[in-house]
Amino acid sequence: MNKKIIATTSLAGCFGCHMSILDIDERILDLIELVEFDKSPIDDIKKFTQPVDIGIIEGGCCNSENTQILKYFRENCKILVSLGECAIMGGLPAMRNGIPIQECLNEAYLDGPTVQENHEHIIPNDEELPLLLDKVYPCHEVVKIDYFLPGCPPRADLIWNALYALITENPMEMPYEVVKFD
Amino acid sequence: MEGPINKIKISLDGKTIFAPKGSTIVEAARENGIYIPTLCHFEGTDPKACCRICTVKINNRLMTSCTTPIAEGMEIESNSAELNDLRKSIVELLFVSGNHFCPTCEKSGNCELQALAYRFKMLVPRFPYSFPRKEVDASSPKIIKEQNRCIACKRCIKTIRDEKGRHYFAYKNRGQHLEVVLDPVLGAAMPDDLARKAMENCPVGSILYKEKGFDEPIGTRKYDKQPIGSEIENQS
Ligand code: SF4
Ligand code: SF4
Ligand code: FES
Repeated sequence: MNKKIIATTSLAGCFGCHMSILDIDERILDLIELVEFDKSPIDDIKKFTQPVDIGIIEGGCCNSENTQILKYFRENCKILVSLGECAIMGGLPAMRNGIPIQECLNEAYLDGPTVQENHEHIIPNDEELPLLLDKVYPCHEVVKIDYFLPGCPPRADLIWNALYALITENPMEMPYEVVKFD
Repeated sequence: MEGPINKIKISLDGKTIFAPKGSTIVEAARENGIYIPTLCHFEGTDPKACCRICTVKINNRLMTSCTTPIAEGMEIESNSAELNDLRKSIVELLFVSGNHFCPTCEKSGNCELQALAYRFKMLVPRFPYSFPRKEVDASSPKIIKEQNRCIACKRCIKTIRDEKGRHYFAYKNRGQHLEVVLDPVLGAAMPDDLARKAMENCPVGSILYKEKGFDEPIGTRKYDKQPIGSEIENQS
């Protein structure tokens, strides 16, 4: 069997989902027999080098860079998987949704209790910085997502079962205990 | 088949069962070890039928089974793919119409809405998230009213009263602005046991007993291992 090509990325996430991928423990040895990693923070490959079979997305879209990368993944991956609550529904970053962006920036840079020494009242807006979006978007509201694996982080067993099913093109096992939202 | 005396014979998903006259369909099912999902209904109180999760089909009509009494010979459909998908869509609507950040929620693992989502294998709601702006009211010394998670089931309104029968909780506004709020005057002097009961009776994490955080480890909470309803299904 040819090895499947996998790519991963963390958008507006905390890398917890990636940690949970590593949490499959010794099964990682089975995994590297079955797959080859392309663009991913795990191997630090920055650009796709080949067409990818399975793209795994951690985190939602909170800024322009996130949406660009997500679209880049959609263009280069046959299957896209939203991994974790942030990719699926925005997660913690989306707690700002519903609050106007100016109010959030003021709180973060001007008025918040932990703001110190910003005497010039600067809100960073350098053109090098990605533009903040009006709210944090779930990935499937930006591009088409094929599969969803909830959890914060998703249980390692859920990730393993899903990857194994996708790689071997078999139906996926989803025991009750492994599908959780927290 | 002749049934026990004082009991009525009905058919539920093609199975003949007996239950006392005057029972609702939910009660009759439960007595026979069959779970029909409920959410707004709270055992021992008058059903108010706000959530429609318990919808069943009787003679091809959709009815709420928490309010409908059984009648001799009734033929009821409940556990069908169609009805379960309808129920799942209600759960999904509740998720997108509030702000349900389960990873940060004190009720996670013990929440009935989340448990229903698990039972119906909701991986992502089919509707877009609305992310409404809601407030958290922490003015009462005993409880926090977390409006982001309220599903307006009325359980707190029905069950939390003082000795004079006055309600601690009430509806405010209408339509999509509807909220269930705590009476500021009564709330200021809420007895401890009532505050705890309010948290318990709320199916979600919208009423929080103050100074009680996350005290149950993941894996040991009510719905970590067993789906909601299995306590009924496994009773006999
Ligand atoms: S109330 Fe229930 S569904 Fe809502 S955030 Fe809390 S655990 Fe999740
Ligand atoms: S606070 Fe809880 S019990 Fe009261 S209406 Fe809202 S969800 Fe129901
Ligand atoms: S449980 Fe019957 S309508 Fe809510």
